Amino acid sequence: MYDFSYHRPTSLQDAVSLLAKQPDAKPMSGGMSLLPSMKLRLSKWTDVVDLAAIPDLSGIREEAGHIIIGARTRHVEVATSALLHAKLPALAELAEGIGDPLVRNRGTIGGSIANADPAADYPSSVVALDATIITTRREIAADAFFTGLFETALAHDELITAVRYKIPKRAAYMKFRHPASRYAIVGAFVAQMEGAVRVAITGAGPHVFRIAAYEDALTKTFSSAALDGVTPKLPSLNTDLHASADYRAHAVVEMVRRAVKAAAARKSI
Amino acid sequence: MPQVTMQVNGRSVSGEVEARTLLVQFLREHLELTGTHVGCDTTQCGCCTVHVDGVGIKSCTMLALACEGANITTIEGLAKGDVLHPMQSAFSEHHGLQCGFCTPGMIMSAIDMVNRKGHALDETTVRKELEGNICRCTGYHNIVKAVQAGAAAMKGA
Repeated sequence: MYDFSYHRPTSLQDAVSLLAKQPDAKPMSGGMSLLPSMKLRLSKWTDVVDLAAIPDLSGIREEAGHIIIGARTRHVEVATSALLHAKLPALAELAEGIGDPLVRNRGTIGGSIANADPAADYPSSVVALDATIITTRREIAADAFFTGLFETALAHDELITAVRYKIPKRAAYMKFRHPASRYAIVGAFVAQMEGAVRVAITGAGPHVFRIAAYEDALTKTFSSAALDGVTPKLPSLNTDLHASADYRAHAVVEMVRRAVKAAAARKSI
Repeated sequence: MPQVTMQVNGRSVSGEVEARTLLVQFLREHLELTGTHVGCDTTQCGCCTVHVDGVGIKSCTMLALACEGANITTIEGLAKGDVLHPMQSAFSEHHGLQCGFCTPGMIMSAIDMVNRKGHALDETTVRKELEGNICRCTGYHNIVKAVQAGAAAMKGA
C-alpha cells in the first residue's frame, strides 16, 4: 500500500471540506473494499478520510412508510435487524450473504453503494426497491445513481448519509455467488412494489440494470410462470475468469426465476 | 509520523506508525504479539482475526490509526494466567487443528460467533459462520466440534 495522510473528522462538514481540498482524497467507511484495493496498489490516494468518528450515521428506522438506513450501518446490523425481518426481509437476507461474518462486522451499506462494485449485492436492492440515496448535498433517485463500472452520480466531495427504501409488498434477492469471494456472479433482486414490479440485476454487467420485459410480465402476473416465453433484452454482459457473458445471461434468467418464486412464497405486506 | 494509542489485551500501548500501517502489522511488528497470523493478506483467510471493541474483525484490513482509543483483544489476551479460555480448551480437547496456523483466527472468530449467535450452535451454523476462516489443512471436522464444545463451555464460564 502506498502511504497517505489519514484523517478522522468528527463531523460531515469537516469530512466534506477535507475531500474538497484534495482531488485525490478518498472517504473510507468500513474499508472492506477500499483497503484491499489499496493494498494491491490498484488504487492510490493522497488522503484517506475515515468516516468512523462522525456521529449519527448509523441505524435503521421506519419513517412515513419507508425504511431509512444510515450510511455507516454495518452489514451485520442490516442482517439482524428485527424491523427489516418484519418489513423487508429480502434486504436482511441480502446483507447476510455479503462476504463473511468478519467482513459483515465492518463493511457498511453506504460504503458498498458508493463503491458501486459491479458484483456487489446492495446496488440491486437500491434499484429494485426504487430507493433514494440521501447525500450531504441532495437526494438522488436510484435509477440515476449507478452510472458505470465503479461510477456513481456522487461528486468527489459528496457523501452518502442514508438510504431511503420503499417498502415492497413482497421481494426477494437471489444470487449465484462466487464460492470464495461470495460476490455475485449474478444476483437478481425482484420487488413487487405498489403498482409495478421491478427487477434489478447485479454482477452481470458493468453496473446494476433493470429488465423491462420481465418487469412488464411480472406486473401483470406475479409468478415465475409469467416469465415463460419472455425473452429479456440484456445489455452487454461481463466476461471474466469466473464466467462468460453467455453463462451470465443464462444465470440472469435462472436467478430472476428463483427470486420470483421466493418472493411469491412470502406473505404480502 | 502519526501516533496511535489503544488498549491491547488490557494494556495501554502507543506507537508511531505510518498511516498505511495495518492493525496486524502494529500488533505483530510493534508489539511483538505474533499469535495473530497473516495468511492471505487479502481479507479472506481469517488468520488475523482479533476483536476490536468486542467485535471480530480481520486485522489485515484495518488501519492501526483507525484503532485510536479502541480496545483490542488478541489470542494472547484470552487465557487468564495458566487457565485457558474455554474456546482454547475446546480446541485442545477436540484437537481442532492440524498445522495450527489458522488456529488463533479460528478461536477469535469462534468467540465472536458465540457472542453473536449464542451458546447452542448446530453444525450447519458453525460451518456457515466459519466462512471467513480458512484451514488449508482442511481440518474442519474437529474445528467444528471444538467450536460447538467451546460455545457450550463458555456459557458456564
